[in-house]
Amino acid sequence: MLSTIASFINAAIIQGIPLLFGSTGEIITEKSGNLNLGIPGIMYVGGISGIIGGYIYEHSVEKTVPIICILVSLCASLIGSALMSLIYAFLTQTLKANQNVTGLALTTFGVGVGNFFGGSLLKFFNESGSISLLDTGLAYKKALPFASKLGLFGNTFLSFGFLAYTAIIIAIVSSIILNKTRVGLNLRAIGENPATADAAGINVNRYKYLSTLIGGMIAGLGGLYFVMDYTAGAWTNNGFGDRGWLAIAIVIFALWKPKSAILSSFIFGGLYIICVYIPGLSSSSKEIIKMLPYLVTIIVLVVISARKKKEHQPPQSLGLTYFREER
Amino acid sequence: MNEKEKKTREPLFHIAKRPAIEWWKAWLIRGGAIIASLIVCAFIIVILTKQNPLEVYAAMVKGSFGTPRKFWAMLQNLAILLCISLAVTPAFKMKFWNLGAEGQVLFGGLCSMVLMFTVGDKIPNWMLIASMLAASVLGGILWGLFPAVLKAKWGTNESLFTLMMNYIAIQLVAFAIMVWVPSGSSVMGLVNSTTKAGWLPDLFGQKYLINILIVAVLTVVMFIYLKYSKHGYEISVVGESENTARYIGINVKKVIVRTMILSGALCGLAGFLLVSGTNHTISKELAGGNGFTAIMVSWLAKFNPLIMVLTSFLIAFLQKGAGEIATNFKLNTSIADILTGIIIFFIIGCEFFINYQIKSTKSKEGK
Repeated sequence: MLSTIASFINAAIIQGIPLLFGSTGEIITEKSGNLNLGIPGIMYVGGISGIIGGYIYEHSVEKTVPIICILVSLCASLIGSALMSLIYAFLTQTLKANQNVTGLALTTFGVGVGNFFGGSLLKFFNESGSISLLDTGLAYKKALPFASKLGLFGNTFLSFGFLAYTAIIIAIVSSIILNKTRVGLNLRAIGENPATADAAGINVNRYKYLSTLIGGMIAGLGGLYFVMDYTAGAWTNNGFGDRGWLAIAIVIFALWKPKSAILSSFIFGGLYIICVYIPGLSSSSKEIIKMLPYLVTIIVLVVISARKKKEHQPPQSLGLTYFREER
Repeated sequence: MNEKEKKTREPLFHIAKRPAIEWWKAWLIRGGAIIASLIVCAFIIVILTKQNPLEVYAAMVKGSFGTPRKFWAMLQNLAILLCISLAVTPAFKMKFWNLGAEGQVLFGGLCSMVLMFTVGDKIPNWMLIASMLAASVLGGILWGLFPAVLKAKWGTNESLFTLMMNYIAIQLVAFAIMVWVPSGSSVMGLVNSTTKAGWLPDLFGQKYLINILIVAVLTVVMFIYLKYSKHGYEISVVGESENTARYIGINVKKVIVRTMILSGALCGLAGFLLVSGTNHTISKELAGGNGFTAIMVSWLAKFNPLIMVLTSFLIAFLQKGAGEIATNFKLNTSIADILTGIIIFFIIGCEFFINYQIKSTKSKEGK
């Protein structure tokens, strides 16, 4: 029994990590007033860029070095998701386009890029079969050396690759920056009311661009974690599924707080796979259990809107385009 | 401020809102954007396939117009996409972000399928089809109504609510398939393939003609509804400014709920057309992403149902064309999503040049 619970918790955390990256990224973006619905697409691109980088490296050298495997794919992933975020920021900030439409188009585009290169990468290199980067996957999966010596505790909580811890650290750091520093205060001010922030001398454009860019790059790491650690360097088309949308749901569940996003992500990760751990479920009732994360999100959404507590509301200018001369 | 300081501080140009632009200039800009996007797409295709881009575009045209069969298949895709676009338009015009068309279509389709599967051979066919239609429309309404009522009552964020409803519909369909297909396979075959109970009949030997005609009529009706009816007027006032609407005595909550009922009903209809008229089966991918694409189709057409015929043609053409390129050059069909994305980026971006103008700071200052 204990070991089942332990393995469930372990699996919930593993499922939760990509969601945590995605939701932290989205929170940072939303705090500036940008509702980036392109996050699911950005996460796909983050994943496939990492795969492309790792693939090219693994195929250009005889013997791979783990740390370079990681560096190459990490950089490729960051560049990929940064470019995607730039498209969003340029369209919504500089060209003042509608955020929802831009975001949805970005998701269509990003999922397309992911699946296209996932399906055709090997053909470009005249190979067949499916993508699997064994060396890079192993490098990412390398756990803390002392984890296995700590028994059940170590196996449950310390057996992850380094990206998992990175996710938690990023969430905590962003929480501190948002709440304890001037930069965070400025960012929140812009999200609430860009005109006031502008009048106070804050460079609205720069903040919005940077927060979208940084948020997107963090979210992209979620895709990278998924393909490198979770599936150990293998790509399946649409394998990442709807996790990107789930990450956006967690932003609400966590009430726009990166610190709460940590636990929320693990809860959602758990709900995502709980059907495997409930004994005696028929395959049809499993499908019903899989509804849980979405149902929970809806309930939270309704409850926070009904209670109207000030500190639980989204940033006030969320989704609106700011144009200085408009009054 | 001395001269040097002025130079460094003042930017060379600033952006100002444009007064209304002539319609032909606006369409010239949009046309230019589409051409620019096609050029970018051509570059990408050339890099990926190393073929002459004109040949590739010729292949794309063949994908939609090559054979009568391909042409009808393209028209069918166009009709369904257009139907869903028409469905999201009234809500969208009201600034109600219905991202749940996917789920409303799916749940509507599921309602049809329940009847088709359970009472398929027990009642006369016309009665079956009529009740399937009613069930689908009601299903679509139900799926759109939850978010609408809560939005009207508490201001619940509708885009996230409707988005989550999609996945609930998806899981319900997955559940139904698991129950209905005894082998435990997640794929459902054709339903009533011998009796054809619940299948929309062929018209003049064309399988999809009924679908296409229904959507064509719907397009005209929706155009009139939005442009000339009182409801249509109320929708556009609520969309422009809720405060104005309240001030002139429009019951905003009622308009929100009523419009979402319409939106959900049309999505349900699309689900019915897909189940009864096109696929005769159901899967999780029934709506196939069209619920999201429809939002872009509607937005690109500036909520005008007649122009939506063109924009949904553009998307349907691209998808079929990209499918053709993919098979011809042995690429992945997702190239369609990439091209669609690029074209939409360009069209979204060009709106800026229609609504704003870039003024040089120097010329305004004079000498």
